[in-house]
Parts: sequence; C-alpha cells; structure tokens
Amino acid sequence: MSFIWSLVIFSGLVALVLLGVEGAKLEGLFGIWLPYAAVGIFVGGLIARVVNWGRSPVPFRIPTTCGQQKSLPFIRHARLDNPATGLGAAARVALEVLTFRSLFRNTKAQLTQDRRLVYGSEKYLWAGALAFHWAFLVILVRHYRFFAEPVPVVIGWIQGLDGFFEVGLPVIYATDVVILAALGYLLGRRLADARLRYFSMAADYFPLFLLLGVAGSGVLLRYVWKTDITRVKELAVGLASFRPVLPEGLGAMFYVHLFLVCALLAYFPFSKLTHMAGVFLSPTRNLANSNRARRHINPWNPPIVGHTYAEWEEEFRDKIKAAGIPLDRE
Amino acid sequence: MEKTREELLQIDFKPPAKSWMDPHIDFEARRGSWSYPGAPKNLRYMGYPNPREWSPTDADWKLPANWKQIIFEGMRELLSKYRSFKVFMDICVRCGACADKCHFYLGSGDPKNMPVLRAELLRSVYRKDFTTAGKILGSLAGGRELTLEVVKEWFYYFYQCTECRRCSVFCPYGIDTAEITMMARELLNLVGVNINWAVEPIANCHRTGNHLGIQPHTFKDNIEFLMDELEEVTGVRVEPSINRKGAEILFVVPSADYFADPGIYTFMGYLLLFHQLGLDYTLSAYASEGGNFGLFTSADTIKKLNYKIYHEAKRLGVKWIIGGECGHMWRVLHQYMDTMNGPADFLEVPKSPFTGTVFANAASTKTVHICEFTADLIRHGKLKLDPSRNDHWRVTFHDSCNPARALGLFEEPRYIIKNVCNAFFEMPENTIREQTFCCAGGAGLGNDENMEARLRGGYPRANAVQYVRDRFGVNLMSCICAIDRATLTTMVEYWAPEVKISGVHELVANALVVDGEKERTTDLRGQPLAGKEDKAHV
Amino acid sequence: MYDGGKILAGIAIFLGLVLLPVWHNAVVASAPRPEVKTPTHEKHCVDSAAVMRASHMNVLDQWRDAVVREGVRTTVTPTGMTVSMSLTKTCMNCHANKKEFCDACHNYLAVSPTCWECHVEPKGSSS
Repeated sequence: MSFIWSLVIFSGLVALVLLGVEGAKLEGLFGIWLPYAAVGIFVGGLIARVVNWGRSPVPFRIPTTCGQQKSLPFIRHARLDNPATGLGAAARVALEVLTFRSLFRNTKAQLTQDRRLVYGSEKYLWAGALAFHWAFLVILVRHYRFFAEPVPVVIGWIQGLDGFFEVGLPVIYATDVVILAALGYLLGRRLADARLRYFSMAADYFPLFLLLGVAGSGVLLRYVWKTDITRVKELAVGLASFRPVLPEGLGAMFYVHLFLVCALLAYFPFSKLTHMAGVFLSPTRNLANSNRARRHINPWNPPIVGHTYAEWEEEFRDKIKAAGIPLDRE
Repeated sequence: MEKTREELLQIDFKPPAKSWMDPHIDFEARRGSWSYPGAPKNLRYMGYPNPREWSPTDADWKLPANWKQIIFEGMRELLSKYRSFKVFMDICVRCGACADKCHFYLGSGDPKNMPVLRAELLRSVYRKDFTTAGKILGSLAGGRELTLEVVKEWFYYFYQCTECRRCSVFCPYGIDTAEITMMARELLNLVGVNINWAVEPIANCHRTGNHLGIQPHTFKDNIEFLMDELEEVTGVRVEPSINRKGAEILFVVPSADYFADPGIYTFMGYLLLFHQLGLDYTLSAYASEGGNFGLFTSADTIKKLNYKIYHEAKRLGVKWIIGGECGHMWRVLHQYMDTMNGPADFLEVPKSPFTGTVFANAASTKTVHICEFTADLIRHGKLKLDPSRNDHWRVTFHDSCNPARALGLFEEPRYIIKNVCNAFFEMPENTIREQTFCCAGGAGLGNDENMEARLRGGYPRANAVQYVRDRFGVNLMSCICAIDRATLTTMVEYWAPEVKISGVHELVANALVVDGEKERTTDLRGQPLAGKEDKAHV
Repeated sequence: MYDGGKILAGIAIFLGLVLLPVWHNAVVASAPRPEVKTPTHEKHCVDSAAVMRASHMNVLDQWRDAVVREGVRTTVTPTGMTVSMSLTKTCMNCHANKKEFCDACHNYLAVSPTCWECHVEPKGSSS
C-alpha cells in the first residue's frame, strides 16, 4: 500500500513537470524559481533541523562501545571501536560516515531445521548502501562542471576515472551503472523481504523513487534524449551567480531531471534523509568512552538529593546499634 | 513452565497480515510475557504519579483523566532534554539491520520486537504530533494517533526490551533502542504505568540502601554467614568491616551478591581476595547496592538511588571506590554517576596499593571495576594462583550487556579467567563481546510472571551455551553481572541444565592460594575439586 | 553539553560545500557560454542545429563505423546533402578552426573526446 502511494506521488510529480513544461510552457518556473526555492528549502530546512537538534543537550555520555576499552597498559585498546579521546571519536564517526563501519558488522540470523540459531555474514546491505552513497557523491561532484568556467581540473580527473573503461558514446560512467544497480537493489530488497516489507513505509519507498528518477532521467539525458549541455551550463552558471538566464530548447527530459532533483532537495529536511546530518550527532557514536576519566556535564542536572545517610541512620538506628555497626550520632 | 522447549522453538518469523500500526494486544493470551504492574505502596513511597491497583488484563487501566496531555507534555520535555531522543526519532531509515539482532525477536518472532518497530511504536506518535509532515499526512507519513491501546502496546513492548543495546552496535547511525525504551518508560511512568519488579526494588533501595530491602542488621548477618561458609572451605576467617570510617576503599556490590546463590560465591571470592591482599576497605550497609533499577524507570530515579555512593564515600572519608561484578550497575557507575552526582573531588585518583598502578581511566569517577583491579594484580604477579583448583569446571564467559556495550570491558575478565582456570572456551563470535546476547532478564524483566518472554529471549544466549557444552563439554558459564547470575541460572536450567553460572571472582577465590589456608578439597560451592572427590566432605 | 561550536562549524562546512557553486561564481565569475561562429559559405549542416548541438558525437561515431568497418564513404544527410563521411574533410571544411569550434565547447564542459588520438589536426586550423 505504502509502495503504491509512493509510486502514485512520484508519478504525479513527473506528470506535473511534463505538463508544466510541455503544456503550460512554464520553463521559467521549473528552470529558475523552483530550483531556487528547492535549494532554499534544503539548506534552510536542514540547518533548521540541525539547530533544532542542537538546542537539546546531550545530558549523558552514552557511547556504544564496540571494542576493548582503554584501561590497563597491557591490554590492547580498540581505538576506533571504543575511542578514549575526542579525536578517536571523530575518527570513529569518520569511519562510520565514509565506510559504514556499523553496517559492515551486519549478520543474518537463521533458525535451522534442528532449531539452532546460526549467524551468517550479511554484507549485501552494506555493499549496496555504500555503493549508492559513494556513486551519488561522485555524480554530484562530477556535476560541478556545469557550475564553473573554467572547470576545475580535478573534475576532469574524476570524470576520467569514472569513465575509465571508455565504453560507449558518450562514455558510460561507472557511477551511473552503480547507482542504478544499487538503488534497484535497495528497492528490490524492501519488496522481496517479507520482514522489510512489513515495516517499510511510504517514507521509505518515496525517496528511493525520487533517487531512481533523478538517476534514471540523468542517464536518459546523457545517452538517449540528449540536450545541448552548453545551454544547461548557461542555466546553471546563471543560477549560481544569481543572474539567471533561461536558455531555450533544453527539452522535457532535462526539466524532468531538474524537477526531480528539486523535489528531492525540498523533501530532504522533512524526511529520514536527514540521517545525512544526524549521523554526525548520534551520541552513541560521536562521544569518547572517557566517562570515568573526564566528567561530562548535564546542563539540566536536577538538584535531586537521595535518601541521606542521616535519614537512613535515623530510621534504622536501633538495628544498626544492635548489629554493632558504628553510628555517626550515638 | 507450561510450554516445552519444542513448543517455544516453533518460532514463526513470517510477519502477520495485520499492519503493525494496529496496537491491540491480548494480555490474557500473552500471559507469561508481561510483568505485573507496580504496587501502589511502592509508587506512593517514591512519589510516583497515579498509584492504584490495576492489571494489564483490565480494560480500564485507570489512567489520569488528562493522560494524553501528560504524555505529550512529557514527550515535549524529554525532547528538549535529550538530543539522542530527537535525533533517534528523526533519522531512522528502516534499513532493517537491527531487525534480527534482538534476542526477544529471535526468540519470539514477534515483529514488534524488531528494534526498528519497537522504536516505531513511539516514533509513529512522535511523527503524528511533533512533525509537520505527520500532522498533515497522518498515517501516510507514518504517523499514528496516541490512543489507550497504544499506551498498552507501549507497556507490553517497552517492558519487553532489556535495554541491552545489541541493536545499537549494528545500527549505521548508532540508534540505541535502550535510549528509546528509557524515554518510553519515562513517559509511561508519568501516567503510573510501570512494573513492580522495577519499582519495588527502587522503593526498597531508596529506603534501606539496597534493592532487596535488606536492613543493616541482616546485611551484617548475611555477610557473617557467608564468611562462616568461606571459613569452612578455606579454613581462613575473613572479617570484613562495615561502615568503617578512614578505610582507603569503599567496596560497592550488587545486593544479590550477598543474598542469593550463585552470587554469594562471587561475594565470598571478592572478600577472600581482599583478605589475602590485606586491602584496607570497607563495605557499607547504607550504600549496600551498586545496582540501580532507576536505570529502568527514570533518570531522576537513577540519580536519587545513585546519590548514596558518593555521599557514603565522602562520609567515610575513603580515597576511592571499587565496584563489584554487576552489569547495569556498571553502566550507571560508568556513564551516569559522575555526571549526576559528581564531581568526586573529595576522592583521590585510584592507585593500587599493591602494584602502584594508577587507574587513569577512572581519574574522575575514582571508581574502579574489580576486574580491572584484579587483572592488574595478576599481571604484576601479586597473587599466588592454583588454576587446577578450577579443573572441575570447563568454563565459558558471557559478556554481560552493559560492561560490554557501555564500557568495553572485554579482556580484563578473560585475562583473569585464563589465569585462574585451565579450561576456557569462547562461545561463537557473533554471540560474545560487543555482539553478546542478553540474559533476557535485565531492565526489570527478570521476574517469574514474565518467564515465557525470558525463556524465549534467552534462547539466543542459551543456544550458544548449548554449542560450547556439546562441543567442548563446557559446564560453567562465568559472567560479571548479578542479574545474569540470577536469571541465567533459571535460563540454563531450562535450556542447558548441565551448565552452571558463576561470577569471575568465585573462580579467582577457588584458585587463590591464601596464607594459612587448609588443604582445599572443595570449591566455594562445597563441590569436590577434581581429584579430591574422596577427601571432600560434601 | 551542547557542543554548539562543533555544530556551528559543521553547518559552516555544510554551507561551504553545498553552495560551493555560488561561492565559486562570486569569487571567479564563470566565463559565458561560447558562441561558435557559423560558416559563411555554407548554410546547412549535415543535420539540424538542435540535433548537432546535442548529438554530433553520435553522428561522427556512426560515420566512423560506416567508413572504417563497412567501407561506405558517403552518405545522404537528413538535410538532403550527399557528403563524404569525414571529420577533417567534411566537418572541418566549414568548421575549420578546431580551437574556436571544437575546443570552445568541449573545454567549457570539460569534455575530452578521443577524435584527435587518431586524426591529425588539419594544418593551420589552430591559427
């Protein structure tokens, strides 16, 4: 059901832009104003979200320790999985963000015929997720060629590496293949696995459709329904320098691509996609396990006093005395 | 027990047809998987809201008239106090990596025991009322109305989580279900929905100093009785001091250690070790509990119950503190005590009087884990050990959840065990260290009425025990947690009856050669040592 | 503990990265889209301007395959001309200056076609 809903909304978006550009000739809206609005919502919304998180304190230092603590000198300390310093914690977060360390641990539990539980290594999710995220990043970076003239030389190198195999014309980028395959896998597993299907929501399918739409339209734009990319760059540079010009003849497929990117950007701050920022703020990962070495301050630490010794002694005075345990006040 | 092992293991992992958003729970049909509500006297004693007699099977849970408002306001407050709560509510992508990591899910197949869905039970309500998308789109955005049925569902599932944090090891964002469960329990507490197995120990602890409600004279009697037992085995009289001012060290243990089998052998082990060392320490009949069931109820309660430890250390004028073998106690001592009740600037940085080792990792809390203390002694050759006196045991080690995932205390106990035992075997790697499986009786769930949930949730651990039992002939699982010692005992009796449970310092004491001791023919339990069967008078 | 400083630094890095095109163009104004000069002596190309702008590489690719693999050397274009399928002879007959014609756009978009790995740039074309 949630799958259908997401598909309906996604299809509606595609229909909207096609009607808007082909029917109503609203290129100015879809080419200039919506991109500005979408970037504004994305940047403003995400910052607002992070600031909102930041307004709540981290009252306790609660890292999940996934390796040996730093204690005695003769015991080998797991610096990355159980960091003892802020720098170590930063490295742990970096490892999490860049390599999906925790997901790499993933296992699959199975109950055998003779009712034993066995755990197998299960790296597909890790591989699929990592492949998608890295491909997406490289693709984003590659798009920088549309925003600067001269194009920074490093962008050329990245393009060269990405198109290393020089297959097809224009050269097929490895990341284009990888992102579509990875997104296909991420969507496919949600549909194929009964357990995942059970708890997957519209909010899980919808971003996958958006991303598949963005990547798919981008690929079509490069290989099938081509456009004059010098004009695309003219538009992009105009937008980035706040002197927007609207070149003619960019074609419907270009607007589909651009609009889906806008939809993704605008949806981002209100969705689970905020994990992009949240992963940096997760207190089980970004804090050093130095709890006993350095005091962590809770700004709202309530002035609670427990049952004091004096109260305790008062209540049990006779019994304490009879047991021969020393009293403070005889 | 009503169900056989075979019946319990008919686990169906196929999700049901009905949507998880339907909160209905048939408590009558699920007897054995929930705990009795908090007794009004305990709530009243602690000043908790809405004390009353009620049962989960009742249609009317007698919540306050404005219960919804109370929960929403509570949620707002918790969101403003805990960044973790906000972030964990917002960023889950439901990738499912956590799904099969929960022992309760593996043992029951109930999809709402998947950490992702356990969190969604709360998250759906958060979404409906605290996010723009949820307010507008409702269930399409994954939002859910807060109803009485939802509160009942929360009670069922948030008291079917032992806050063991295994799922958070695998979560790519470190989302910690323990944190979410703690928030949910805070909220439930606001309307008087809690369990007696948590609030009674709390009330006891607040009054007497320990969960079991042991009063000072009984505290002393119990310990003397245990010292009698110890003398019988070793021929050595150990005379611990209680509430002694001017001692160097305050020694804090979980109360089960001086109360119930098999924790008592661990307790005897600690004290025999200290006796042999000539350690200048004292026990306290007031700070007679290291454990802290506040952790399973509310942050304010943690602070209230933990207060006595530094308070007592200051009153007695000790220099530092050693903590015994206990799991959640160590989460509190490690991650909460200093923040809540510190700074402990009246204590000194712990330094072992025998090895000179400065425990820099405890420089602020001044509180050392006994396994750190003992491992350091062994390393420096300060103990004379005869590991053959543990030869009747083939030992495995269970990493208790909190020392594992809140401290990373993995090697210290293993180092000790390997020095005091000759036969040590690890359980499979996906079931130990940071991936260790919970006993399924922590977080207040270790009561008898909740037995089916415990046996099911305990199966992943028990199954690993069966593995080493069958493969290596393991007959003892050692651990460093008092709740483990109590609940795993029940659990292995059911799943792997040949295996016994012990603390680490019980094994230390078996091996420890003590000045003036008689020839040992039995271990601390009075069981004959290997090769001494004929000499032992059991 | 709020770690406000770290959060603000994170936001600053985020703004720096995500709006990099804006900062870039504020500091170094990007050059405008190159205008290629159309030849004076020929009115029609081998296909419409729109097709040539978007898909000239595919035209050249098809020509290359026809000539090299099938031995066919001439073709009738959609615009009705019979031409020799040759980059240097046909295309560069009008668009004689590689720098001004080919490179202007290719450099503008960091495209590095492999044409000149085999073909020799016609003499004087770069002047």
